[in-house]
Amino acid sequence: MKRSLAYIFICGLMFVSCADDQDDNVNGYTATPLELEIPPLFAEKILPPVIPEDNPQTVEGVALGRKLFFDKKLSADNTLACAGCHSQANAFTDPRQFSIGIDGIAGTRNSMPLFNVAWNYNELFFWDGRATSVENQALAPVTDPIEMHNTWSQVATTLQSDARYPVMFEDAFGTQSIDSVLVTKAIAQFIRTLISGNSKFDRYLAGTEELSPSELSGLNIFLDENRGDCFHCHGNPNNPLWTDNIFHNNGLDEFHEDRGRGGVTGDPREFGTFKTPSLRNLEYTAPYMHDGRFATIDEVINHYSEGLVYSETIDPLMKKVDEGGVGLTPEEKADLKAFLLTLSDPEFISNPDFQDPN
Amino acid sequence: MRKIALALMTSVFLIGCNNDDDTQPAVVEVSVDFTFTQNWDGDPIENSDFDIPQYTNENGEMMSISKLVYLISDVTFISLSTGVTYDAGDYNLINVRDQTNLTFTPDIEIPEGDYIVSFTFGFDDEDNQDGIYQDLNSADGGWNVPMMLGGGYHYMRLEGKFIDDTGSLENYAYHTIRAADTSTDPVTLQDTSFEVGLGQITIGSSTNIEVQMNVAEWFKNPNTWDLNVLSTVLMPNFDAQIMMFENGSTFSNSQGAFSLGSVTQ
Ligand code: HEC
Ligand code: HEC
Repeated sequence: MKRSLAYIFICGLMFVSCADDQDDNVNGYTATPLELEIPPLFAEKILPPVIPEDNPQTVEGVALGRKLFFDKKLSADNTLACAGCHSQANAFTDPRQFSIGIDGIAGTRNSMPLFNVAWNYNELFFWDGRATSVENQALAPVTDPIEMHNTWSQVATTLQSDARYPVMFEDAFGTQSIDSVLVTKAIAQFIRTLISGNSKFDRYLAGTEELSPSELSGLNIFLDENRGDCFHCHGNPNNPLWTDNIFHNNGLDEFHEDRGRGGVTGDPREFGTFKTPSLRNLEYTAPYMHDGRFATIDEVINHYSEGLVYSETIDPLMKKVDEGGVGLTPEEKADLKAFLLTLSDPEFISNPDFQDPN
Repeated sequence: MRKIALALMTSVFLIGCNNDDDTQPAVVEVSVDFTFTQNWDGDPIENSDFDIPQYTNENGEMMSISKLVYLISDVTFISLSTGVTYDAGDYNLINVRDQTNLTFTPDIEIPEGDYIVSFTFGFDDEDNQDGIYQDLNSADGGWNVPMMLGGGYHYMRLEGKFIDDTGSLENYAYHTIRAADTSTDPVTLQDTSFEVGLGQITIGSSTNIEVQMNVAEWFKNPNTWDLNVLSTVLMPNFDAQIMMFENGSTFSNSQGAFSLGSVTQ
C-alpha cells in the first residue's frame, strides 16, 4: 500500500515536472526559453524578478514583442507606436511633459520610464497602480482615446493581414490567430528584458570604480535622516531598484486635482499619492514627477529642500513641512545631485537589443 | 526543475522507507503557528484605524498611525521535559496596514509538549548583518539601515502624525534600529533588540499562539515619550534608541509592548 502510494507520488511529480517544462501555448507548442539577463548585483541583493507562469520569456516572444513595441500599426491611424511615448534615448519615457496621442490631445500625466519593471514585486503599474501586471498594463494604451485610440479587434485584423506577424505569432505562441492576449503577452516579454543595472554606482558597489568625494558626500546626504532622508522611499545600496514601488504623497500640492492612487482605490487616505519612481537614469528621464512639473534635477532637489507643501495625506517622512523642508545648503544640493547622476546607465539607452527592429 | 523533481523523488522514497521500518513509538513533531495582533491600550488596530488621529499617548499628544511594520526573529522553544532548546532561527516582517505576515509558522518542527517560548524583537547582533537577506532588501524599498549607522536592518517603522504643543499637525517617524553613536570613530553600536518571553505554553498538534503588541507602550514606560522633542531623525539618535528599547522591552519591570494573547489548540 505504502509503496503504491509512493509510486503515485512519483508519477505525480514527474507529471508536474513535465507540465512545468511546457509553455502555456496552444497545441503544446514550445518556443525557445530565454533567461532574463539578471545583473549580478540584483541576483545577490534582491528577490528574483516576477515572471508570470503563463507567460514565460522566450526568444520568439521577445522578438515579437519588440517589433510590436516599435510598430505604429497598433494605433488607429498608423502614426504612433508605444515607443512614440517611451523612447530609448530617454530610458523609455517621453521628454515631453505630457505625451500627445494620435488625435493631438495631450494627457495629464508624464510618461514613465521602462526598466526593471519585472522587479516591481507588487505588480502595480502606472503612477496610480491601476494595472495589476505588465500584460494588463499593455492593454490600456492601445484603446486609450487620448493615446493610440484603437480597438483590439482592429489591431488583430491589421496584424493578421500583415505579411510577417502571423508567422511570428506562430513561432512565439504556436498559433497564427492573433488577439489582445497574445499581443500584450509578447510586449510584456519585451518590456521585461529592459533591464538597467550598469551604472557608475553599480560598478562602485562591485568594486571596479571609485566615486568622487562629492558623489560620496551626496550618498551620505541621501542616506542621512537629518538631511536628504531619501532612502526610506527610494532605496539604498542594498536595493539596486532605487524605489519602493509604493504610493506616497511627497508634498507637491495643497489640493489634489489628480487623486493618484486614491482615484483608483477611492480611499481618501490615498488621495494625492503616487508610485515612487526609480532614481536610476534620471539624467535621461526629465521632466520629473507624475505631471512632469520639474524640468531639472535641481528643481526636484529644491522641492524636497524648501518647497514641501502640506496636505492631509503628506507622508510622515517629509520633515519640517511648515518650513518647506530641511533646507539643504547649496553644496549639499550639488553633492546630492552628483550622487543621483551616478545612477545613470548609458549602456541601457544605447543597447542595440532594445532598438527598433522594423 | 529536473533536479528538484529528483530531490523530491528521493525524499518521497526516504519517507517511504522511514514509514516502513517504524518499530518504536513515533515522536510526533509539530510546527507551531503564531498570530500577531496589535492594539492601542486594548483597542485593536485594524487597517481602517490608520491615518486617523485617535490615539492619545502617555504624554497627552493626540496622534495617528500611518505605518506600522516590524521584524521579529529567532522564535525559541525550550522543552520543559528534556531541556532541549529549539531555535527556528528565521524571521518575520509584519506589515500591519497591509495585513501581510500577520501569521507566521517558524520553519521548525518540535515534539509535542510543554515549552518556554520566546522570540526576539528585531535582529540580535548575530543576525543583524548588512544586506544579507534578499527578501528584507526587497521589502519596503529596502528594510536596511545605512552603513553610516552600522548597517543591518530596521527593527520597526512606526510613522504617523501628532498634534504638537502649538496645535499644529506634525509628522513623526519612530524607527527602531540598533543604537548607533556616530560621534565616535568607529561608530559605537549597541544591540537594542530584545527577547520577548511568552512564558510556558503547551504545544500540541495544531497550536496557535497569539502575540499582542500594545503600541501605546512604546510611548509610556519607563520613558514618557514627548513627540514635541523626539519626533523625527531618531535613527542617528543613540539615546532615543536606548529609550525605545527600554519602552518596548520589559526593562526595569515595565510592561513592555508585547504580551501573550490567546493560545488555541
Ligand atoms: C500617448 C503616449 C503613450 C503611448 C502611445 C504609450 N504610453 Fe505607456 N505610458 C504613457 C503615460 C503617460 C504613462 C503613465 C500613465 C499613468 O500613470 O496614468 C505610461 C505608463 C506606461 C507603463 C507603466 C510603467 C510603470 O512602471 O508603472 C508601461 C509599462 C507602459 N506605459 C507601456 C506602454 C506600452 C506597452 C505601450 C504600447 C502598447 C505604451 N505604453 C504606449 C504614455 C504612453
Ligand atoms: C515619502 C517617500 C519619499 C521620500 C522620502 C523621497 N521621495 Fe522622491 N519621490 C517620491 C514619490 C512618491 C515621487 C513621485 C511623486 C509624484 O510624481 O507625485 C517621487 C519623485 C522623485 C523624483 C522624480 C523622479 C521621476 O522620474 O519623476 C526624484 C528625482 C526624487 N523623488 C528624488 C528624491 C530625493 C533626492 C529625495 C530625498 C531628498 C526623495 N526623493 C525623497 C517619494 C519620496
